[in-house]
Amino acid sequence: MSSFSVTEPSNRSKWIAGFLVIGYAMITMIPLVWILLTGFKSPADAISYPPKVVFDPTLEGYVNLFTTRTRQTQEFLEANPPQNWADEIVRQYDMVIVGPSKFGERFMNSVIIGFGSTFLSIFLGTLAAYAFSRFKVPLKDDLLFFILSTRMMPPVAVAIPIFLMFRNLGLSDTHLGMILLYTGVNISLAVWLLKGFIDEIPREYEEAALIDGYTRFQAFYKVVLPQAATGIASTAIFCLIFAWNEYAFAVLLTSANAQTAPPFIPTIIGIGGLDWPAVAAGATIFLIPVMIFTILMRKHLLRGITFGAVRK
Amino acid sequence: MSDRTVDRVAQATPERVARKIRGLSDRAIAWIFISPTIFLLLAINIFPLIWTIQLSFTNYKANRIGREVKDVGLRNYERILTDSDTWLNMQATAHFLFWTIFFQVLIGFTLAWLINKKFKGNDLWTTIIVLPMMLSPAVVGNFWKFLYQPQIGLFNYIVSWFTGKDPSSFEMLGSVNLAPWAIVIVDTWMWTPFVMLICLAGLRSIPDYIYEAAEIDRASKLRQFFTITIPMVLPFLMLAVLFRGIENFKMFDLVVQLTGGGPGSVTELTSINLKREAFEKWRTGYASAYAIILFVTVFGLASIYVKALNKVKQR
Repeated sequence: MSSFSVTEPSNRSKWIAGFLVIGYAMITMIPLVWILLTGFKSPADAISYPPKVVFDPTLEGYVNLFTTRTRQTQEFLEANPPQNWADEIVRQYDMVIVGPSKFGERFMNSVIIGFGSTFLSIFLGTLAAYAFSRFKVPLKDDLLFFILSTRMMPPVAVAIPIFLMFRNLGLSDTHLGMILLYTGVNISLAVWLLKGFIDEIPREYEEAALIDGYTRFQAFYKVVLPQAATGIASTAIFCLIFAWNEYAFAVLLTSANAQTAPPFIPTIIGIGGLDWPAVAAGATIFLIPVMIFTILMRKHLLRGITFGAVRK
Repeated sequence: MSDRTVDRVAQATPERVARKIRGLSDRAIAWIFISPTIFLLLAINIFPLIWTIQLSFTNYKANRIGREVKDVGLRNYERILTDSDTWLNMQATAHFLFWTIFFQVLIGFTLAWLINKKFKGNDLWTTIIVLPMMLSPAVVGNFWKFLYQPQIGLFNYIVSWFTGKDPSSFEMLGSVNLAPWAIVIVDTWMWTPFVMLICLAGLRSIPDYIYEAAEIDRASKLRQFFTITIPMVLPFLMLAVLFRGIENFKMFDLVVQLTGGGPGSVTELTSINLKREAFEKWRTGYASAYAIILFVTVFGLASIYVKALNKVKQR
């Protein structure tokens, strides 16, 4: 038997705690499971009453998400047999696939803008964080607070002048504009998080490198950067998730060319209103990468969401 | 080796310049490293802010290029602050802020406290509980609209299963009484894990020996909870409230997808109203003044709160 400890909870209280927490986790997962299930339902099953938990799974939602379709006459349908399984699915509504939908494009915009702004934020953020961490910078605390305070503005408030600025510079609805904007928003997070990670690397490593004849730059990229790799990677994921999820700027400042997936998914229209299985399919594809990243990041999660204010 | 760009640039650099780069002082490096970030923030945050301030004194309309822009002084501010709709929006925001923070603190702290009992598999379940928080609020909000559908929605069905009410007899998003609570429910579902994670960090930071000492002093478990656990977690909890407060004051994406501010304007939070003024009615000057008022409010409240937080920390 292990040694007795007064701070170790009794087995009974562990059981009760486990039961309650697992119960909460189950309830909290219901909406997410429902998104996943709805993506595999037919439109009729999706809006049936009572809600169906058991149903015939179909890929209709996914087909509708990725394609545009038109209704055709019987003669046309008989003359042109279905080409593939996707065609076969839409045939039950006397329709044929005429081309890809905008979803692929919007999804790619999310990827381009997400990765572009993440790369830029990390690049600039690492440099700034290193300088804040290692050098005497005049007004350091004020500058750091200034960087943080930029996050307090409601995005809709910032969007007004950004809208005008982008219109004058020709950056409206462009990838570059959105990348710069998201970098401007993300950089505060990047600087604060990375400064925390770099603070944790002992200065002695660099000092040893400097004595060995490295220049500051060499010491920075040969000694500090490899040591900070984990921190940089987790900061990058937080920036990526933010850019990925962002909606307010995207809906106000983009319309076609550079529109990302979040403003697009809610607008997927089917026959007679929103096509819920297609919306759910889009949501599933869009949310799953973030879930995977969250699970990978669970050790650094707390730090990321509190700007490094709370470290485990 | 020598065909790398870096080396070629190094060879082409005149000796005088090269010496300068190699011998850069720490101070120079610091500024080279920091200035791009500061420049970007000035361009994307500060310049727009100053522009907003300037616009807020005019009657500018962004959709009418070439229209004469008149200086209207403080009229925009005056109109906003005397408009009863502004106060209704503020009230809606206050209701949303208060209740989301209330439920998130209550449930979040309880969950953290339970997880800290260290039952088997608590790490796995913590990760699962955290998932909603990381997802796109707009996409999630849009899907909750489906769950809230009167006849077919899962939410109504579950409620009717427990209460026996007809699932088509109430509309979470369509009713003036229920809509403000519908957005509170979704926000609580999404952000409770945030408060939970911070509380958990707080609970884990309390060293065991304090409880051991209390045990030796024969302090009851209840007393230990109120004199050790709560005060030690309080700074963490207050930090969580600060973050949630700022975020929910800015709330836009989730609620705009759920209700769009309706029915009527009962869920029209300040950000949603701002969007209507700026991008639907195109009253740019008026909306700019509104934005400045919001910014001053959130900045002022946050500063007061941080002072209080520092006091608690020092205790």
